[in-house]
Parts: sequence; C-alpha cells; structure tokens
Amino acid sequence: MSRPTKKTQRSTLEPLEKCPTGIAGLDEVTLGGLPRGRPTLVCGAAGCGKTLLAMEFIVRGIREFGENGVFMSFEESEDDLVKNVASLGFDLKALQRHSKLVLDHVHIERREIEETGEYDLEGLFVRLGAAIDKVGAKRVAIDTLEALFAGLPNEAILRSELRRLFRWLRERGVTAIITGEKGEQTLTRYGLEEYISDCVIFLDHRIANQIATRRLRVVKYRGSAHGTNEYPTMIDTSGLSVLPISSLGLDYPVGTKRISTGVDWLDGMLSGKGYMEGSSILVSGTAGTGKTTLAAAFLDGVCRRGGRSLFFSFEESPAQIIRNMHSIGIDIQRHCDKGMLKIHSSRSSLYGLEQHLVMLHQLVKGFKPKAVVIDPVTNLAPVGSSDEIKAMLTRMIDYLKNEGVTTVFTSLTEGGEALDRTEIAISSLMDTWLMAEMVLRNERRQRRLSVLKSRGMSHSNEMQPFVLSERGIEISDV
Amino acid sequence: MAKTAVLNRKTRPNKAAANPGLWQLRLYVAGQTPRSVAAFANLKRICEENIPGQYDIEVIDLLKNPQLAKGDQILAVPTLVRKLPVPVRKIIGDLSNTVRVLVGLDLRQKS
Repeated sequence: MSRPTKKTQRSTLEPLEKCPTGIAGLDEVTLGGLPRGRPTLVCGAAGCGKTLLAMEFIVRGIREFGENGVFMSFEESEDDLVKNVASLGFDLKALQRHSKLVLDHVHIERREIEETGEYDLEGLFVRLGAAIDKVGAKRVAIDTLEALFAGLPNEAILRSELRRLFRWLRERGVTAIITGEKGEQTLTRYGLEEYISDCVIFLDHRIANQIATRRLRVVKYRGSAHGTNEYPTMIDTSGLSVLPISSLGLDYPVGTKRISTGVDWLDGMLSGKGYMEGSSILVSGTAGTGKTTLAAAFLDGVCRRGGRSLFFSFEESPAQIIRNMHSIGIDIQRHCDKGMLKIHSSRSSLYGLEQHLVMLHQLVKGFKPKAVVIDPVTNLAPVGSSDEIKAMLTRMIDYLKNEGVTTVFTSLTEGGEALDRTEIAISSLMDTWLMAEMVLRNERRQRRLSVLKSRGMSHSNEMQPFVLSERGIEISDV
Repeated sequence: MAKTAVLNRKTRPNKAAANPGLWQLRLYVAGQTPRSVAAFANLKRICEENIPGQYDIEVIDLLKNPQLAKGDQILAVPTLVRKLPVPVRKIIGDLSNTVRVLVGLDLRQKS
C-alpha cells in the first residue's frame, strides 16, 4: 500500500490544544474548537457554507481571539469576498488596512498554461508564507484547494505537493481550514481527506419537501472526543450557527416552583398555583376553542409580573395577535412596547424544521425569556414526518427545560379526530396537557377546558365551561 | 556562466517600450535550484535559436521578492511568463521540452 499508516505520536499526556472558531455551537460540538496548529478539512457540496465557515473562522479569530489570519481564495476574487461577507458585518477592508488580515485570490487559467518539464508549487508556498509573515498570522484558510486540480495538468506532482503543503502548514504551526468539494463516493472530489487526517467536518445541505435544511457533522477528530451527530445548522445575518442541542439529556434541573397561568380560575384547576415552572404545557383543541388566547394570557401574566416572554407564531402576524388579544381585554401591546414581550411570526413552511429550531434557540439565547409560546406546533406537520417533528420537539423541549423556560405549545386537533389524541403524538413529551373543546348545548356552542394530565401536582378533573369576553377568559355557569 | 545570469534581475530595462517587436519574458524561480538553473539555460538557448536579439529575459527570484508572486499569479516554479507580445502566456516547468516551449510561446503551431 502506498498509504502509510501514520501513528501520530503525542509526546506528553497533555490533551490536544484547541483553537476556538467563535462560531456559535461549533466549539461546543468540537469540545473547544479545531486542533491548534493543524489543518482541518471542511467539505460539502456547493452552497453548503464551506467558504462562510472558513471566513468566519478567520474573521472571528481576529476579532474575538486576537489571532491574525490569511484567507487564500481559489474561487472568489477579493472584491467578491469583501462584498459577500459585508452583510454579516465583517469589514474585510478595514481588517486588511489594520494589517490583521491578508486576502489572496489565486487565479489559475488552465488555457494560458503550457507545461514542459519538471516543476513544483514553491510559488504557492512562497506566496502563502509571505502572507503569513506579513500579518503574523496564526490562522489560515484555503478555499477551495481543489481548484488546483482543474488548473494544473500534472496530478502526480500536485498530489506530492499537497502532501508537502500540509506538512509545511503544520511546521508553520498555523491552524488551518482547507475546504473541499464533495465527491461522488468520497468526502472530497480529489480525496483530500487522505492528506488531512486530524479533523474533518462535513457540511450538508439537503432539500426535503421543497424545504432546505443544513446540517454539520464532525466526521473525525483525532485525539479528541466530539459530538458525532448531525447537527442542525443555520446561516443568517449573524453568520453560521450550529445547534449542539442533542447533546442535552434528561438531566435538567427540576424545581417545585410554580408559575401562574395568567387565568385565575385555571390556576385553581391546577391545585391553585398554576403550571410548574420550567415545564412544558400542551394546549390542544379544535379550531376556535381559545388555545392561542390561553397561551397569550399566560405570557401576559408573566410580563405583568416583570418577566420576559416570547411568542413564536406560525399562524398569525404580531399585529394580528395583538389586535385579537385586545378584543378580549388583554393588552399585550404595552409589553411589546416595553420590550418585555417579543412576538416572532414566520410561516412554518418558510424553513425546515431545524431552521425553526435554530431560530428559537437563538431567540431564547438572546432574549432570555421566562416563558415561551409556540403556536401552533401542529403547523410543523407539513414540514417533516411525524418522527422528525417529534425528534425536533424533543430537542426543543430539552433545550427549553435546560434553560428553565416554561413553554406552552398549542396543538390543533382536526375535526373528526379523537379529541384526546394529538396529531403528532407529542403528548407524552408534555408535563401538563390542557384540552379545550367545543360542545353543543341548547343550540349553543360552549367552550370547555379540562386538564388531562399534570405531572407533579394534583389537578381538577372537571370539565370547566368558559367564555371569551371583553373582560378576558372567564368561567361561565352551566 | 548560467549561474550568475540567474541572479541578475533585469538585464535590459525598459527596452520593450522602445521596441514594440521585442519579446518580453519573465522567468519566476524560487532560489537557485538545479531546476531553475536548467530552466534559465533552456530558455536562453531557445530564444537565441529562434528570436535572437529580439528578446528580454527578466528573472525573478520569489525567495527574494515573495510579494511579486501575486502579480502574475504564480503558483508553480519555474514559471515563464510571456508579457509581450500579448496575450500573456504561461509555461510551467524546467522548459526541457523545446517543442512545447515553442508552442507555448506561439513560435510554433500546435500540430
């Protein structure tokens, strides 16, 4: 075999030193960052975010960790790079001016190159070395090295030079990201994974039901433990973020503190004190039974007591929710004005399941709410299979519980279905389950609310009739 | 001796502007390796045989002037760049295959 089996010798028992990327979530998945002083391969198909990851690694290295960087691009010109990341608030021109960053666009035109006799890629080394020396770089990104294969005719020379390049990068002691295009059978089209064996990260971008989801996986990480799952990933205005959520388990803190439902008589049904703080609550029911109203009343109560809350709506716009609540005497506009309540509305079909999850994660992380409403969770059904939704909700619940956030999920029950059945079989994940229903009595429709279960407390077994009036959610006499 | 010639940057400066028929050639090397010495010797011989008196060779040692690699997009060494006449042509390698050098410089048609 031509490929020698390398046994990396680690002289001491010191753990591998890590180089933090500063990319949200990635450092958690890799338990601290990329291997310091070694090259890491980032691979994936076109449009998966390789360049962005590499660029963030460099820019965040400069801004957050004081480590200067070199970005060598084989694809995009310097102007394009500057423009592409400007929307993320990265001012590459300024970083260059302050001698913290070197951008180098390597352009190879196959048509104008004739080959005769022996050569090596010393020119590339000299160029990279000069760039590293110019700013005293600690970090290097090379995007996409495989362009060399298209530009230079002699693959044998190229391969031996690539091997030399990676050895050279290690000798220089820089932490490097090399990106590579995904191949048919292999991680990269030209088998770069053969040369870079310390750390390999795979980015995936797939489409299911016309909805794109991004995922990241650490394929290997020599000398270090790492999360092995596929982690949902998102690209937004703050760059790339990875969600290390499945690393959470069933070990979140539990308390016995209680939190009011925002409706006095409903508190009464739950042994007089309301929901358990940090628990998950499901409010299910057919259309028009008052699920959203019950959920909003809860957030109103939280805000009135000085807590922050977050309304995650898949159905209605913020203005619509505010107006509807106003009609039954609940003024949530003032909470919005004071910055205590945040309403986030987006169509469920706008993103993949995981994107919703990442978005919620970011909102919760940034806003630190005490209570969250997700309305309605059943709207996620067209976005994924029921298994996927359940998996996603499990992650969501694990995360929220870990943060001690009390969450109300509403769930729409379709007419004709058994009322005590939730569409996506999530009731087992919930601590408290309220069911709102509409019954016909004397030619009138009447709303009724019952508590199907509530873990950790005694609760009423009554079916409580109620009305939505301009004074709020009130008990009605039978 | 070829060795000293390699180290001489710019043998005849700015003649290209004065003489439009002149071939302006630039040879990029990295240090004085046997390969770069061979490339220079090969180039000199080919020029003498084909375009005597009409050429100007500038040798650039990237180890001394690393910043110059960027301008002509040099990766491989040795690289010969034909700056004039336009269009710019690049030939990589030690120039040991005379026929290919001639084709690369447009001195001979590709057969």
